Amino acid sequence: MTVISRDTLFAYVLRHGDDCLILSQRLGDLISRAPELEEDIALANIALDILGIGRLLLQYAGELEAEERSEDDLAFGRTEREFTNLLLVETPNGDFAHTMVRQYLFDAYQDLLWNRLVDSSDETIAGIAGKARKESRYHLRHSRSWVVRLGDGTAESNRRMQQALESVWRFTGEMFIDDEIDRAAAEAGFGVLPSSLSDAWNHEVTTTIETATLSRPDDSSIRTGGRDGRHSESIGPLLAEMQHMYRSFPGASW
Amino acid sequence: MTGPERFQSILDEDGKIEPKDWMPDGYRKTLIRQIAQHAHSEVIGMQPEGNWIARAPSLHRKAILMAKVQDEAGHGLYLYSAAETLGVSRDELVDLLHRGKHKYSSIFNYPTLSWADIGAIGWLVDGAAITNQVMLTRCSYGPYSRAMVRICKEESFHQRQGYEILLTLVNGTAEQKAMAQDALDRWWWPALMMFGPHDADSTHSEQSTAWNIKRMSNDALRQQFVDMTVPQAQYLGLEIPDPDLSWNADTSHWDSGPIDWDEFWRVVKGDGPMNRERLEHKRKAWDDGAWVREAAEAYAAKHADQPRRVA
Amino acid sequence: MVYEGHGAPEEGSEPTGTGRTGWPLWEVFIRQRRGLSHTHAGSIHAPDAETALQNARDVYTRRSEGVSLWVVPSVAIVASDPDAAEEFFDPAADKAYRHPTFYTIPEEVGHM
Ligand SMILES: [Fe+2]
Ligand SMILES: [Fe+2]
Repeated sequence: MTVISRDTLFAYVLRHGDDCLILSQRLGDLISRAPELEEDIALANIALDILGIGRLLLQYAGELEAEERSEDDLAFGRTEREFTNLLLVETPNGDFAHTMVRQYLFDAYQDLLWNRLVDSSDETIAGIAGKARKESRYHLRHSRSWVVRLGDGTAESNRRMQQALESVWRFTGEMFIDDEIDRAAAEAGFGVLPSSLSDAWNHEVTTTIETATLSRPDDSSIRTGGRDGRHSESIGPLLAEMQHMYRSFPGASW
Repeated sequence: MTGPERFQSILDEDGKIEPKDWMPDGYRKTLIRQIAQHAHSEVIGMQPEGNWIARAPSLHRKAILMAKVQDEAGHGLYLYSAAETLGVSRDELVDLLHRGKHKYSSIFNYPTLSWADIGAIGWLVDGAAITNQVMLTRCSYGPYSRAMVRICKEESFHQRQGYEILLTLVNGTAEQKAMAQDALDRWWWPALMMFGPHDADSTHSEQSTAWNIKRMSNDALRQQFVDMTVPQAQYLGLEIPDPDLSWNADTSHWDSGPIDWDEFWRVVKGDGPMNRERLEHKRKAWDDGAWVREAAEAYAAKHADQPRRVA
Repeated sequence: MVYEGHGAPEEGSEPTGTGRTGWPLWEVFIRQRRGLSHTHAGSIHAPDAETALQNARDVYTRRSEGVSLWVVPSVAIVASDPDAAEEFFDPAADKAYRHPTFYTIPEEVGHM
C-alpha cells in the first residue's frame, strides 16, 4: 500500500467514524426526554449501536496513522475544522419530529452504505460493515415506522413532520457528493462512491414520504462542507461539551 | 377457603400473592404507592447521571453510562408494569408524579457536579438500592418480586462500574483523587438517608412487615450497607465523612454518627437542591411528547384493520 | 427505604383507576433459544402491533435474552379465577397413577 492510499484510507474511515460519533452525541442528549419510556430505551439502543460503530472506526483510523492516536485522542483532541462528519448529523436536537426525520434520512443512507461496504477490499472495513448493517437495518425499521406514524397521524404531527423535513432536507444532498477521498477509496476498492447510493436512497425515502402522506421538499438548496471540516456553528458547542474532560485534564485516564 | 383466609394462609406459608387474588384494600394501596414511588425514582434517577453522558471522559465510559441510564428507564418500566397489575394505569401514576402528589427517592435531588459523582452514584446509590431491592425480591406480591429479580440481575453491573470509576480516579492524579474524595463527601450521607427514618420513626413499617412486603427494617438494611461499604472505601483509600464511624467489636458492626434528619425531611418535602429541576425536566419531556403519543394513537386507529404477523 | 413514603398519604395522592390510560398494554413472550417455547417476560405499552414488537425487542432483549418474540394485547389474555382454583386444580392432586414413579418395576428389568 502506498503512503497516499494509507492517508486516503485513514480519511475515509475517519469521516464515517465522525458521522457515528457526532450523531450518537446528539442522541445521547435525548435519553430521558423521549415521549414515552419505551422510546427512551429505543433511542438509547440506537445511540449505543451508533457509538459502538463509531468507536470501531475511530480505533481503526488511529491504527492507520503514524501517530497512532487512540479513539479518545481522535474524538476529544481534534478541533472543529478537523471533524469530517456530514452536516446532517450535527443538526441540533429539536422536537421528536426532527429527531426521527434526521434519524430516518441518515439510517436510509447508512443502511445502503454498510450493505455495500461489506464487500470492501479492506477486511476491517468489511467486518465493521457486517456488524453495522444488521444494526442499521433495525434503526431504519424503527425510524421509518415513526416517520409513517407521525406523518399519517394527526394534523399537528403531520405539520411538525413536514416542517422537520423542510428544515433538514438541505443537508441530505451532501451525503451523495463524491469528493477526492471517495473517488480514491472507490478506485482502490475499499470504499464506495456516495453518488452510487443516491438512486436507492431516493427510492426508499420517496416511498416512505408518500406513505407518510408528507411531501418531498425540493432539492434547490444543498448545504455542504462537513467532509472538508466546514461545519455549522452548532458543532462548536457540541465539541466543547464532549471534549471538556479531555481538555481540562490533559493526559489523565478515566 | 374465602379470599381473606386464602390471603392470610399464603402469607403464613411465605407464598406469593398474584394480581387476581383477593387482597385487603390497604395491601393494594400500599403496594401501588410503594411500587409507583419506586418506579418514579428509577425514572427521575436517569437525570443526574444523564447529566454526564455528553461529557463522559472517554468513549468507553460514555457507552457504559448510556447503557446504565437506559437500564434505569427499563427498571422504571418494569415497575410501572408491576403496579399496573393492581388496577392502575401508568399514565395515571406518572400524572400523580408530575402534579407533585407522588414522591420519589430524595437521593436524586442532589446534583452531579463532577465525573466522580458518576462513580459515587454507581457505588453508593446503586449499592444502597441493591441492598433494598435484594430484600424486595422476597416480598409477597408476585409481580413486584419478579420485577425485583429482573432488576437485581441488571443492577449488579451498575455498582461495579461505579466502583471501577472511583478506583481509576484514586489511582490517577492528585486532582482526580481529590475529585473522588469530594464525591464521597457529598454522597455519603444522602446515601445513608436512602434507607429512610429510623425504625422507631418509620410509620408504615409494622403493617408492611406483617404483609411480607418489607422483610427487613430500615436500620437493619442501613447497617448492612454500612458494613459492606466501609471496607470498600478503605480499599479505595478514601475517607468516609463521618468522624464517629468506628468498629464495634461487641456487635461486629460499624457504628456511625447521627444522620441530619432535618436535611432529610427538607429534601423529602421538596426543598432539596434539585427537586424543582428534576420535576420540570420530567414534565417538559412528557408535555413535549404529547403530540407524539396522540399521533401514534391516531395512526393506530386509522390502520386498525392492517394484517398482523403471525408467529 | 424511601420508596415507602413517609407520614400519612397526601390528599389526592391515591390513584383512582379512572385516569387516562394512554397506549394499550401488551404482554411480551420470549423464546430464549431455539428449541424452547416462548415464556412470559413482562409487558410494554405501544400504540399498535408493529410498534409493540419493536418496543418489546428494545426493552426485553438488550442482553441477548431471546431469538423470537410474541406480543399479545393484555386485554386478550383470559385468566382463570383464583376463586375457582380449587375446582380447577385440586382434582389433579390425587391421581398419582399418572406419574411414572407410581409404579414399581424390578431392578433386573432395567431402565424403563
Ligand atoms: Fe435501577
Ligand atoms: Fe441502577
